[in-house]
Amino acid sequence: MSRLYVARNPRVAARSLDGEMMIMSGRDSTLFTLNKTATIIWQNADGATPLDEIVERRICVEFDVERNAALEDAESLARELAGHEILQISEEPIPQRKPNVGESR
Amino acid sequence: MSDLLAEMTARAQELNIPLSVQLDLTYRCNERCVHCYLDHNDHGEMTTAEIKQLLDQMADAGVFILTLSGGEIFLRKDFFEILEHARRLMFCVKLKTNAVLIREREARRIRDLHVESIQISIYSHRPEVHDAITLIPGSLKRSLDAIRFLKSQGLKVIIANVLMTQNAQDYPGVRALAAELGIECTLDPTITPMMDGDRSVLGLGVDREALRQVFRDPSLVGDVDEFCAIAAPPGEDVLEATPCSAGHTTAYVSPYGDVYPCVQFPLPTGNVRQQRFLDIWQHSEQMNDVRSIRLKDLTTCTGCTHVSSCTRCPGLAYLEGNMRGPSSQDCEKSFARTGVPSANMLSKKRAAANLVQIRALPAMAGVPA
Repeated sequence: MSRLYVARNPRVAARSLDGEMMIMSGRDSTLFTLNKTATIIWQNADGATPLDEIVERRICVEFDVERNAALEDAESLARELAGHEILQISEEPIPQRKPNVGESR
Repeated sequence: MSDLLAEMTARAQELNIPLSVQLDLTYRCNERCVHCYLDHNDHGEMTTAEIKQLLDQMADAGVFILTLSGGEIFLRKDFFEILEHARRLMFCVKLKTNAVLIREREARRIRDLHVESIQISIYSHRPEVHDAITLIPGSLKRSLDAIRFLKSQGLKVIIANVLMTQNAQDYPGVRALAAELGIECTLDPTITPMMDGDRSVLGLGVDREALRQVFRDPSLVGDVDEFCAIAAPPGEDVLEATPCSAGHTTAYVSPYGDVYPCVQFPLPTGNVRQQRFLDIWQHSEQMNDVRSIRLKDLTTCTGCTHVSSCTRCPGLAYLEGNMRGPSSQDCEKSFARTGVPSANMLSKKRAAANLVQIRALPAMAGVPA
């Protein structure tokens, strides 16, 4: 089975408000807030770490959930966020520009 | 404001987070608008490095919406370097500009940096009126060319139409122009006093009758009867409310690093060259004083008929001498809208009626006058 890579879409605006991510779509300025799981995926979406690793290392640990079920949910969530142009997804690593301190905020 | 943004703003206020900041990059300008409240000389603008450091601090403080304004922002040679840094920090960036310096190349760069919107000042659809306000011949054409460049890049452009005596009759033409260009248009009848307190520019503001016409134009206000209705007497919840977002979720930073509650509220609260932005936001005595004000605390307005519907600006009130007092410009708006004078207007009328005119006594023979 192929692995899925996720990266933040550079078109969006984003900020954490009390641990919850606010994201403004670059397509039409629609505002979204991400739940805890989506926030973890967003924060770890560096284009280089496969989604299954994010699920195993972060989501399963944080929420004490079964890996395969969590991965299925995470993939579905990542595809939905990609549909809103919040995330980019690919079966190959996604090259990122030079990291900046702000990206973790 | 969308429901979600309203919800996020309410949470930011509870958490004391400055969700939205306007940063003026310069007060220098290539136009000389007759109503402008700024001193256009450079008195020591922040350097590129200082601004980048400030942006880092603002991102850490939780600022999400960053409005870059001036003066004219494109007069800063490092403008795109600043904008790139802001977008790396993932701010939602809005620009305010006269757009005179935006050509195709600049429009493409703005698109590539995913700016949320660009607000451009247009005073009239007629060059002779617009250019007489900016005092720059050809400025309307340059600004409109820029709007077309920006639109061709798929960017969101908003016309800001400030209304004053010189262009009071032109707003329908500006709105038609905006519709033709496929962009939004906002109308603002507020003229702001100079930042040093000089109120002479207020003479350029539209008169009561022109304001009345604006507030009765259904194309602007929708249901005129509803818009012009007198609000119901306020409940306790209204009187416990805060007057506006200034100092609660919004702040303003000048090109010299001075931090104020809002661009229209020049109460000095600190300077980012001496203190961290977040320290000023959280601990400034002045900022906390602004935050402490509730509608029930206002000196004249609490008992006013319009208290729950008035657009009272605490910054304009401050510029009149008391941030807890009335803002006469907003009293005029409430009066033009409803036909009912504000408590402030009535109190001034009473004071004028009570004045006793003292006349000189007739000179008496042998007594020097």
